[in-house]
Amino acid sequence: MNTIHVEIVSAEGHIYSGDANLVICPAKMGDVGIAPRHAPLMTTLRPGEVRVQAEGKDEVFLFVTGGILEVQPTQVTILADTAMREHELDEAAADDARRKAEEALKGATGREDLAHAQQQLVEAAARYRAAQKLKGKRKQL
Amino acid sequence: MAGAKEIRTKIKSVKSTQKITKAMEKVAASKLRRTQSRMAAARPYADKIRDVIANLFKAHPEYRHPYLVSREVKRVGYIVITTDRGLCGGLNVNTFRRLLPELRQWQEKGIEVDLCLIGAKGVQFFRRLKVNVVAATTHLGENPHVAALVGAMTVMLDAYREGRIDRLFLVHNSFLNTMSQKPDVRTLLPAEAPCTESLPKNWDYLYEPGAADLLDDVLTRYIETQVYRAAVENVACEMAAKMVAMKAATDNAGKLIERLQLDYNKARQAGITREIAEIVGGAAAV
Repeated sequence: MNTIHVEIVSAEGHIYSGDANLVICPAKMGDVGIAPRHAPLMTTLRPGEVRVQAEGKDEVFLFVTGGILEVQPTQVTILADTAMREHELDEAAADDARRKAEEALKGATGREDLAHAQQQLVEAAARYRAAQKLKGKRKQL
Repeated sequence: MAGAKEIRTKIKSVKSTQKITKAMEKVAASKLRRTQSRMAAARPYADKIRDVIANLFKAHPEYRHPYLVSREVKRVGYIVITTDRGLCGGLNVNTFRRLLPELRQWQEKGIEVDLCLIGAKGVQFFRRLKVNVVAATTHLGENPHVAALVGAMTVMLDAYREGRIDRLFLVHNSFLNTMSQKPDVRTLLPAEAPCTESLPKNWDYLYEPGAADLLDDVLTRYIETQVYRAAVENVACEMAAKMVAMKAATDNAGKLIERLQLDYNKARQAGITREIAEIVGGAAAV
C-alpha cells in the first residue's frame, strides 16, 4: 500500500479524486504533507494551495480558500469552501483581487467590516502567491 | 341553457387562465432543471461531510462535543422548510400533515416545541396555530444562500447549546422524482451515527489546533450543509410540484373549454333552429 486515496470536494461540487503518493495541504498550524498510512488527523485549512503528487503523473495544483482536512490511513478528504483548479488560477485576476482587497481594507470602518476585509485580503494574497508559484512552475517545464 | 354570448365570454376567460397556467408550467420546468443541477452540485460535499462525521463517530474522542451527546428530552426544536409561494399542489400541506401529528405527540407527553420556520407558507400556516415560533426567514428565492439560512439556524443551534432544547429536527420535502416528493423529518441534533459499525481499535484523530474548536467548526459546518441541502432540495420539490400542478390545471382548463364549446355550439344551434321555426311559422301564417 504505497498510495493514498484523495477526495477533494467544494461546496460547488466535486473537484478531484484519485490516488497519490503525497498530498500537501495548507493546514491551520502550517503546511502538512500527507503520505500513505498517515495517522488519523483532522484540521481546518487556511487559504493556500493544495498539491497532489502521484508517481508518473503531473502534479495536481489547486487553490482553496479554506475548509476541513480529514485524514485516514488510506484516505484523504478535503472539504474546501471554494477551490480553484490550475487553469482557473489567473495571475492577473489574482493580483487584481488582492489590490481590491487592500483598498477595501483601507476604506473599512467598523470591526466587522475590518475583519471581513482582512479575511478577503488574506485569501486574495494567498491566491496571488499560488498563481505566481504556478507561473514559475510552468516556466521550468 | 345560457345564452351563446355568455358562454363565449366564459370560454375566453378560461382560455386566458389556461395561457397563464401553461406559462407557469413552462417557467417551473426550466427552473426545475436549474435547481436540479444545483441540488446535484451540493451533493458531493454533503455526502463527504457525512462520511467525515461517520468516521468521527467511529473514533473514540476524549472530548465529547455537546452536539454529539444525547440528553433527556424536555423541549424539542424543529426547523421547518416550506416554500415561499403557493400554487405548488399539496407540497406544503403534505409537510404540515406530516408534522402536526408529531407536534401533537410531543404535546401529549408534555414536551414543548420550538419552531424555526424557513419559507413564507410555513409562517402563514403556523400564525393561526398556537405554537412557539422562535425564528423565521422568508423569501430566500430560488437560489438559497447559506448566509441567509445561518441567522435562523444559529438561533436553534444556540438554543441547543444552552440547553433550551434537547433535540433538533429538520423537516423538508425530499425529491424522489419529478412526479413525487415526500415530506421528511430527520434528527439534526444530537448528530446520529449514520452507521453503527464500530472499529475495534481504540483510535482517535489528531486534532489541530484543539479538539473543542475544531469539532465545533466541523459540526457547525455539517449542520449548515444539511440545512442548506434541504433548502435546495425543497426548492427543487417546489418547482417539480408546481410544474405538475400547473400541467393538471392546464389540462383541466382544456377539458372545461371543450365542454363549454359543446354548450356554445348547442346554444347556437338551438338559436338557429328557433329562428327557422319562427320564419316557417310566420310564412305558414301568411
